[in-house]
Amino acid sequence: MLALVSPALLVILLLIVLPVGWLAWQSIYHDGFTLENYRRVFTEDIYWRSFALTFEISLAVTLIALLLGYPVAYLANALPKGWSILILSLVVLPFWTSVLVRAYAWLALLQRTGVINQLLRYLDVTSEPLALVHNMFGTVVATVHILLPFMVLPLYATMQKIPGDLMQAGASLGASPSLTFCRVFLPLSLPGVLAGCTMVFVLCLGFYITPELLGGGRTVMVSMLVSRNVELYNQFGAASAVAVVLLASVLLIFLVVSRFISLDRILGQK
Amino acid sequence: MTTTRHFGFGCALVGAFALSGNAANAAEQITFVSQGGAYQQAQTVAILDPSAKKLGITINQDSIPDAWPAIKTQVGSGKPIWDVVDTPTGYCLRGGEQGLIEKLDFSKIPNAAAMPEAYRNAYSVSYEFYSSVLAYSQKAFPKDAPNSWVDFWDVKKFPGRRALRNHPIATLEAALMADGVAPDKLYPLDVDRAFKKLEEIKPHITVWWTSGAQSAQLLNDGEVDMEMAWNGRVSAVAKEGAKVSFTFNQGVLQSTSLCILKGAPNLDTAVKFLNEAVDPVHQANLPLNIDYGPGNPKAFETGVIKPERAAQLPSEPANAAKQALMSYAWWSSPAGEAAEKRWASFMQK
Repeated sequence: MLALVSPALLVILLLIVLPVGWLAWQSIYHDGFTLENYRRVFTEDIYWRSFALTFEISLAVTLIALLLGYPVAYLANALPKGWSILILSLVVLPFWTSVLVRAYAWLALLQRTGVINQLLRYLDVTSEPLALVHNMFGTVVATVHILLPFMVLPLYATMQKIPGDLMQAGASLGASPSLTFCRVFLPLSLPGVLAGCTMVFVLCLGFYITPELLGGGRTVMVSMLVSRNVELYNQFGAASAVAVVLLASVLLIFLVVSRFISLDRILGQK
Repeated sequence: MTTTRHFGFGCALVGAFALSGNAANAAEQITFVSQGGAYQQAQTVAILDPSAKKLGITINQDSIPDAWPAIKTQVGSGKPIWDVVDTPTGYCLRGGEQGLIEKLDFSKIPNAAAMPEAYRNAYSVSYEFYSSVLAYSQKAFPKDAPNSWVDFWDVKKFPGRRALRNHPIATLEAALMADGVAPDKLYPLDVDRAFKKLEEIKPHITVWWTSGAQSAQLLNDGEVDMEMAWNGRVSAVAKEGAKVSFTFNQGVLQSTSLCILKGAPNLDTAVKFLNEAVDPVHQANLPLNIDYGPGNPKAFETGVIKPERAAQLPSEPANAAKQALMSYAWWSSPAGEAAEKRWASFMQK
């Protein structure tokens, strides 16, 4: 058995364990052992602000993606096969467009002279253009758009496995459709909710392109601190420390979540 | 002799290995690195090809947007593959102080020795000039356009959306000029005063831009009405038909410089090339191909640059006189590095 998996283990060792280990090592070793990089991360308030903002944005993105994604997954699950294929392909389609292109597309939509502001002014809804981008709002909108499939797909996979006759059984016992949904369907879909939320939240924590392009320079997420620290301190250690702290918080989230739901469900959609 | 181009780090690596095999009988050569794009193309025509021909050497080219991390890694590995790098002057100085860049012997570089002292330092020579200028939309300001940083800070007299670069370099200088400091009296920068002045304008800044392309897009799309931007970016947008303009008044004159990596594989040839690259005639040919000014001011005396073209260039003497000359020595000093770190907390407050 070990002989069979050893090539795979070697690939993981070479491509994942060693680089991440090297990254962590650099954060504590630079011309000698040092904790300076971590002292900075834990004492200077810009790091706290950035981590807080990153968690705030990730939370907002996750909630919005859940609110938008749940009905979509529900519909894809409830409708006949042909329709559900169409809905799921529409969900997955944006995957084939680069994240960068989608961020620029949102810029074209949201900026002062963009499509949405011009439409609003044409319809006399607003007299002054709204500040829709170069702030947290624009960042959240574009990030939700990019991460939505990661919410819809686990939800759909979970809903697929909820037997339809359970709903019929509820109905035959006299429960209204909304009651069967709340008491039967919703609780059974919760593992999918947790899986989707974990996925979106964790991916959002490391987002770089959308806050960089649409955040107006004020929306400084942790990933941007990583890149800025390379420039500011001229050594990778200062940046790796930030990355290690972020990685540790992600692992912590997985650890907590895994107490409620098997990790296979999040990662492998079993 | 020919000039060959290798795009990307990997190609240069392969090239270097391939060439090292027959180095003994090959003609002299160097690897030159700049920032790619139209800018490197302009250099190839104006400076690199003519220099290669005149010196009888081969110039291998590589390009990278930000050379600094690569310089650190290459010299750190003990076997650099690049010889000469064109990079912002501050990096040459900082690299020199950290032992990553060769100290220059100006007796072997007469063209550079003839340049004013402010245009060179122990480790590098100015190669080209650009300027951080006040740019504005002519649609928003058909007449009475903002003409100084005092105007930029005056949100009553000049209402409109504004952008600044998300970086302290040149921005602190602009803030001090807005507070009444004369362009030639800026250094050492009064950092406290500059940040205090920046706090004043901060609520009125729509975007803090991070890349030159972004600054051009903001102005082109009418997302902002005035901003600090690099002169070449503004004139490129104007050439495409956008109604935008800029003033050199109170601009911040910045440069990239040529420097040689410590332990460069072809040190002697690299020094020869360095001298040739700042030759006044080659230098004068650069602005005929792109909107940057020559690093060697003697280029303006060659007659190659027509007066009407010279007037558009940031380092033309009359334009330069209206501007502040960036002190890279200050920015790479401890005070400068501290100011750079302080920027992060300013942005996140």
